[in-house]
Amino acid sequence: MAEMRLIKKGAEAELYLTDWMGLKAILKRRIKKGYRNPDLDSYVRGSRTSNEAKLLSEARRLGVPTPVVYSVDKRGCEILMSYIDAPPLKRFVDGMSPEALALTFSRVGEMVGRLHKGGIVHGDLTTSNIIPYSGILYLIDFGLGEHTSDVESKGVDIHLMRRALESSHHEVSSAAYLSFIDGYRRVMGDLSEPVLKRVDAIRRRGRYVDVSHRKGA
Amino acid sequence: MNSVQYILGIESTAHTFGCGIASSEGRILSNVKSEYVPASGGIHPREASQHHASKAAATISGALKEAGLRLNDIAAVAFSAGPGLGPCLRTGATVARTLSLVRKCPLVPVNHCIAHIEIGRLATGEDDPLVVYVSGGNTIISAYAGGRYRVFGETLDIALGNCLDTFARHIGLSHPGVPKLEQLADEGQKFIPLPYVVKGQDVSYSGLLTMASRLAGECDRNDLSLSLLEVAYGMVAEVAERAIAHTEKGALLLTGGVARSKRLQRALSFVCGDHSARFHVVPPDLAGDNGGMIAWTGYLALKEGLTVPVESSYVNPNWRLDEVEVPWRR
Repeated sequence: MAEMRLIKKGAEAELYLTDWMGLKAILKRRIKKGYRNPDLDSYVRGSRTSNEAKLLSEARRLGVPTPVVYSVDKRGCEILMSYIDAPPLKRFVDGMSPEALALTFSRVGEMVGRLHKGGIVHGDLTTSNIIPYSGILYLIDFGLGEHTSDVESKGVDIHLMRRALESSHHEVSSAAYLSFIDGYRRVMGDLSEPVLKRVDAIRRRGRYVDVSHRKGA
Repeated sequence: MNSVQYILGIESTAHTFGCGIASSEGRILSNVKSEYVPASGGIHPREASQHHASKAAATISGALKEAGLRLNDIAAVAFSAGPGLGPCLRTGATVARTLSLVRKCPLVPVNHCIAHIEIGRLATGEDDPLVVYVSGGNTIISAYAGGRYRVFGETLDIALGNCLDTFARHIGLSHPGVPKLEQLADEGQKFIPLPYVVKGQDVSYSGLLTMASRLAGECDRNDLSLSLLEVAYGMVAEVAERAIAHTEKGALLLTGGVARSKRLQRALSFVCGDHSARFHVVPPDLAGDNGGMIAWTGYLALKEGLTVPVESSYVNPNWRLDEVEVPWRR
């Protein structure tokens, strides 16, 4: 058994730095949650673990960089995968030049476009789940993702990205979102219009949206 | 001004007509309310607003009397201008405008959701918590950043309290349904799988309500209540945990009507334990909709000069929490 060192205790999982066949690896372990009923808890953790492992591999086949999955233990709720040694995008956004911001988020948009075009939604698009490493943007954390051809799910995916930008990067959120949409359109082509229309519909449907904000924004 | 000021607050967003009086020192001197309880079904907005109109005078004079004040002692009138049910909001606003004109004092519009947060901060003394605001109409995870309360997670469809209340009515429990559901749940043994829907930082309760209602005839009531509450609260606790990990706030404040739920308190205090955060719950008498929270928030706004002329004191049924500047937090 390789040595394991806890490097991050997230909300959902613990991440251990370890070694797999001489390669640096991450063990992601979804931990038991005392606040949930035990039956519910093992169902949620188990299904998210297998879901994530599958989608990580499938996303990469669609041209979206993700960590490589080495092994999965569904019962232990563990995934062993390659280690991307860099902080998440969240840490860089606020210090970015307008040009770098536009370029980065249009690439994020392209990445999400490739995913959606291939019939996968991520389910938790935030700047914490994107890791820039040696010129490549990696997408991680697919536990809430799903296979779908549904316009609604794709719309919710983008709605969540927009909301994450607004809550975590409120100063640059509009510019970042516009660049994101540019990139998304470039990859999705004609398929993007129904989705983006739905994004606006989802936002309007959202609880308490000011009527004057319903048109533009 | 050095002397103590008294603010009168009017609450009328949904089923409660409330009048409370807060002092500039942060005391709630009185908090009188009258609740509209429908004979059957949920809130009928027009009937609720008629209830409010008929109870307004007695509620306000009751609040003044309990505080030992006269209308002339009041420095400003605050009212909840949204979000809420249009007819109810308009009734409360009409009452508030009248008081402000009669007393010739400033009128202060208050966002109802912000009032739930501010009363929680006042009552618990926690300055900068992550807020979990759960009620019949709202399910919001929020924290202060850059001049506003930002929304980190919310429901994509119906509110937590709405889901639980509707289910309680469906199985024949009378109002208020949540405490009765909790009693049934305490007797529950078996967990029945129900839709657990977390999308990013958001939750969705409509599928859960539909499924639980559909199973009501087939499953044991206690088991079903247990499962419904576990799933519903588990979803809130999960998004709260994500938000606390993300924002790195050192404390969590549970506020709103559903804050009274012992089972939800237990779940969230678990979350806080795991993240070394302090856990606070708004006191039960300030958990549900009340005029005191409007009065106190009105005072905070008044200090910043956020008053409105009667002519343009419109209500806004869709007024979002994160649209409001909160300069008193700077």
